[in-house]
Amino acid sequence: MTGSISQRLAIDIGGTFTDIVLEQDGELNTSKVLTTPAAPEDGVLNGIEQVLAKAGTASGDIGILLHGTTLATNAIIERKGANVALITTDGFRDVLEIGYESRFNQYDIFIDKPTPLVPRHRRFTVPERVDVHGRVLLDLDEDAVQALLPKLDRAGVESIAIGFLHGYANPAHEQRAREIIEAARPDLSITLSSEVCPEIREFERLTTATANAYVRPLMARYLNNLETRLSKIGIVSPVLLMTSGGGLTTLETAARFPIRLVESGPAGGAILATGIAADLDLTKAISFDMGGTTAKICLIDDFAAQRAREFEVDRQARFRKGSGLPLRIPVIEMVEVGAGGGSIARVDALNQITIGPDSAGADPGPAAYGRGGEQPTITDADIHLGRIDPGRFAGGQVPLSPDRAEAALSADIGKKLDLSSQMAAYGVTEMVDETMANAARVHAVEQGKAASDYTLIAFGGAAPLHAGRLAEKLSVERIIVPTHAGVGSAVGFLRAPVAYEVVRSRNMRLRQYDPEFVNAIFHEMYDEAKAVVEAGAPGSVVSEHRLAYMRYLGQGHEIAVNLPTRSLTDEDADLVQTSFDATYERFYQRTLPNAEVEVLTWALTLTTASAPSETTSIEPTDSRDAQVAGSRAIFDPASGELRDVPLHWRPDLVPGDAITGPAVIAENETSTFVPKNFNARIAANGFIIVERNRERTS
Amino acid sequence: MTQAFEKIQMQIMWNRLISVVEEQAQTLLRTAFSPIVRECGDLSAGVFDLQGRMIAQAVTGTPGHVNSMAEAVKHFIRHFPLETMNEGDIYITNDPWLGTGHLNDFVLTTPCFKDGRLVALFSCTSHITDIGGLGTGTDGTDVHMEGIYIPMLKLADRGQMNETLLAMVRQNTRQPVETEGDVYSLAACNDIGCCRLVEMMDEFGLEGLDALADYVCQNSYDAVMAEVAKLPKGTFRSSMTIDGYDKPLQLVAEVTISDDGISVDYDGTSPQSRYGVNVPHAYTIAYTSFGLSCIVSSDVPNNAGSLAPFTVRAPEGSILNAPYPAAVCSRHVIGQMLPDTVFGCLAQAVPERIPAEGAGCLWNLTFRGETDRGSNDASIFCITAVTNGGTGARPSKDGLSATAYPSGVRGTPVEINESVAPIVIWRKEYRTDSGGAGAQRGGLGQVIEVESAIDADLELLAAFDRIDYPPRGRDGGLNGDAGSLRLASGAQLRGKGTQHVASGERLVIHTPGGAGHGDPHVRAEDLVSADLRNGLISAEGAAREYGYTAAKAD
Repeated sequence: MTGSISQRLAIDIGGTFTDIVLEQDGELNTSKVLTTPAAPEDGVLNGIEQVLAKAGTASGDIGILLHGTTLATNAIIERKGANVALITTDGFRDVLEIGYESRFNQYDIFIDKPTPLVPRHRRFTVPERVDVHGRVLLDLDEDAVQALLPKLDRAGVESIAIGFLHGYANPAHEQRAREIIEAARPDLSITLSSEVCPEIREFERLTTATANAYVRPLMARYLNNLETRLSKIGIVSPVLLMTSGGGLTTLETAARFPIRLVESGPAGGAILATGIAADLDLTKAISFDMGGTTAKICLIDDFAAQRAREFEVDRQARFRKGSGLPLRIPVIEMVEVGAGGGSIARVDALNQITIGPDSAGADPGPAAYGRGGEQPTITDADIHLGRIDPGRFAGGQVPLSPDRAEAALSADIGKKLDLSSQMAAYGVTEMVDETMANAARVHAVEQGKAASDYTLIAFGGAAPLHAGRLAEKLSVERIIVPTHAGVGSAVGFLRAPVAYEVVRSRNMRLRQYDPEFVNAIFHEMYDEAKAVVEAGAPGSVVSEHRLAYMRYLGQGHEIAVNLPTRSLTDEDADLVQTSFDATYERFYQRTLPNAEVEVLTWALTLTTASAPSETTSIEPTDSRDAQVAGSRAIFDPASGELRDVPLHWRPDLVPGDAITGPAVIAENETSTFVPKNFNARIAANGFIIVERNRERTS
Repeated sequence: MTQAFEKIQMQIMWNRLISVVEEQAQTLLRTAFSPIVRECGDLSAGVFDLQGRMIAQAVTGTPGHVNSMAEAVKHFIRHFPLETMNEGDIYITNDPWLGTGHLNDFVLTTPCFKDGRLVALFSCTSHITDIGGLGTGTDGTDVHMEGIYIPMLKLADRGQMNETLLAMVRQNTRQPVETEGDVYSLAACNDIGCCRLVEMMDEFGLEGLDALADYVCQNSYDAVMAEVAKLPKGTFRSSMTIDGYDKPLQLVAEVTISDDGISVDYDGTSPQSRYGVNVPHAYTIAYTSFGLSCIVSSDVPNNAGSLAPFTVRAPEGSILNAPYPAAVCSRHVIGQMLPDTVFGCLAQAVPERIPAEGAGCLWNLTFRGETDRGSNDASIFCITAVTNGGTGARPSKDGLSATAYPSGVRGTPVEINESVAPIVIWRKEYRTDSGGAGAQRGGLGQVIEVESAIDADLELLAAFDRIDYPPRGRDGGLNGDAGSLRLASGAQLRGKGTQHVASGERLVIHTPGGAGHGDPHVRAEDLVSADLRNGLISAEGAAREYGYTAAKAD
């Protein structure tokens, strides 16, 4: 689809920064501007002007615009979405609030549970009832729906979610209720639970539907404004939006199901890593994206990122499972850890070092910034250990004060634990590296994988500093640090395919295997996905992926089992059973002797073939010792002493340059720390390849 | 290696251990069959050293299990001495006095070997929905009526599953496939835990866990003792009356805070019951310790060290220390009242930390009957749907509506209940005016309406409390509204015991609201008006209890 387009523009709106990347004949120009929350299009336009000026090109040459944004996420977190009403089944007004009936922290008496997006006074009920099989137990009371209209008016409602019990099994009542309201109030935006999340479990489905309704007017407005502003400066190219699932979708679909845009920035990072894995023929890669406030880790097997169907947004106790709003949407499966450069370190009641989840952010920032930050952060620890060159941090734009870093580490950690300031700093980085390693390991295991078989792809401001230690902890042999690591997500958008995923919950016991039933479901889903993908990438070749979410009859959690992308026949019953057994065994070690198997949900993803990735060797053709720019005193924990190591300046390095760890490779947006027992070399394309030195490993 | 370096290593290994057992618990959750496990998380998982000390416990899990499993492993070691343990062995029991308090909980312990040497024990528990007998209710008059009783046995011997035992288990439950599946699920979760532990030990070059276990236990013990040291010393007494099976029960507690820790004595508590609401001592210790932890040391991870500063005693023969062969199936109904009982004492020492009384025990709706949709060809269904009342108001915050406390399990989704059992739940929402009024309002209870979905009666195995004796307010707060149980046609049902709900009849359940904290008249007016606007309180309730009349309801 992209062959004829000479210039492509990628935009990633994050919480603090908006990143813009312009691709022109394979060359990248980038800009980073502050996000303008009140009117995000302002920041976007500003960034576009900068990047066009840098590239010395005109806006009219842009062929396509790829866009990801955290606006939807932020609207939910900051509770700045629409005035939403929920219409649900009589007797179930409080599903959103009753939730799991549990406490996300067992021992804390004083927790606050997540506040639902729709308060009780805007949750309305109407008589109707469908049973678990989709049969109507009680007809929809259409007069009751009509009678809601004046109440909706009085409450000033802009957007409505309709979610009835078992609506996934039979959406007729939800659809009829929409017809009635639409006829009377055509301007209201209406979300059906059966469309946005046709799956069993009422709390998750209704939460997802209300979240969609909550961000819909705002996203529609923003996307509309953006289009207008872009056309004013002469950009009339199509706009595709990045989804949390890692595929691009059309403006129209994005405006209908904006909840699918949540977490699109991190998804872009995972796509970047996926592309690199494909280029370098890495069948097992871990994307490691560590910025100012969080670290995101994602597994990439056979050039495909792991996917999931659930995501929790707006956690009350940050990063604590169960404290947020559960969304059932297709997402790239990532673990997010509250550990970034700005994360604050302290000593807890157990006399242990803990990190975050709060971050000093950019303002006041780490203690070393000298802008009033008093508490030590991970960046302070990195500085104090010698891993960051204070003279060149952020290209020299942010002057660092190592003394302040030392003072903060000493006061908040060292004195309390009777450790030297260096040992305190080491403790801080060890804790954060261990936390990330644990998250990666558990995450890998949840997928039935071992992290040690993987190559780390490190990007984001803080990742290259910590990737080395992470690799040691995970027994990983190799790390790749790509170029343009600081704007990784936006670069990732340029590589993303147009894609759409459809799911359907339709139960089938394997004992009653019916190929026609299955084929009909996939046929229907194919048509739905095709319509979306065709709109975004007309005439392109698509590839298809089919999954069945299966379990033993009686279990509550399913595992994703691959199905062939063709019509099934009677003979395939065995194939499905065998695939299930193999997958189950991979996860849980043994299959069950006497239990029957069922399929709960079917999923189909259509995706345009990504730009054909030619596996090219990036191995440099020659090798020489790299030019040294200076030296840094690095803390060696085993001896407890400082030790001078070489400092290299990345822009000075050329393919073939070889570096023996320990060493520091500095650049504008980050530094790469090469640990002892690791070597680094500059690849033909400028990437840094860091590898364990087998000869020297004892 | 420097000492400081070692200290950091220890801390890191401790964190890793917690992530190992968390993974163990997640495996159990994802592979379990019983909805009460897979949807609600009625389980526990932990790792133990060779002395039987619990060194880490999964955060996922429920306190009654966790803290009684902490003792169970010592019993396993007594029955299967360490030197007799082999790689591939799995031990099992559901003995209420050696395990976690009733026959429904299967406890599995797996010895974990590294390079042929025993290094640790993994243990886990989950609640099996049906294990035969009278079913999961209160009607038994001795433990043998309550289902299959498995002594300490080998479930697997050097990797060979005990098929005789599995056949016995299958034959003694109304849900053979699910029950067997749950046993496999328990076994798998210990296996995963062991795998990860061995990997960790390889990575850190550990040969044994002794030093790490000492570090974890000592650090945790010190942290709890440091918190205890900040509390006012003294002895505090309180008592609470609850419904009981056939007559009210007195729970009497005396809490002593001293330099040695905190001790709780239940002397004066009612004698044991004829029926299945008796509590084995380990379960009493479990929920008492949990209540203390919440108030005193909520940030310290739970393990043998953090539990050590708490000592608990209940007189033998009392309802809180009922010996074999007492019926104990619904021991949670009484056991889960213990945090509130202890809070009555602690409120005299640290009032700013103590909430008002809440619904206390889970309001588990256990039904049984014929089915047209049971999985795996069963003709009888059994289901335990977890629901809750409200928690007590907290000194600075309202109580939590429809939320479990002290239990840590989740509620069962309505759609899941209807998918596994032939029932229709017509209503499940907040119950207006059920939260006790106060400066801080108690959490609301629920109103739930259930009917058979087919032409067959339902059997309800009731095990509820706080119907005759509602949660009491604190510091001027009013009581929470009591729970109740009736048929839509009018008849009241008993809070405990098996009863019928005829086909076509609706069962109406009111779960109790939590009690209020502080004088309702000082509650901020905007909070009262918000409650009114949201229908959490009625206009009459606002006027009667808060003296608030300016209202215009929408």
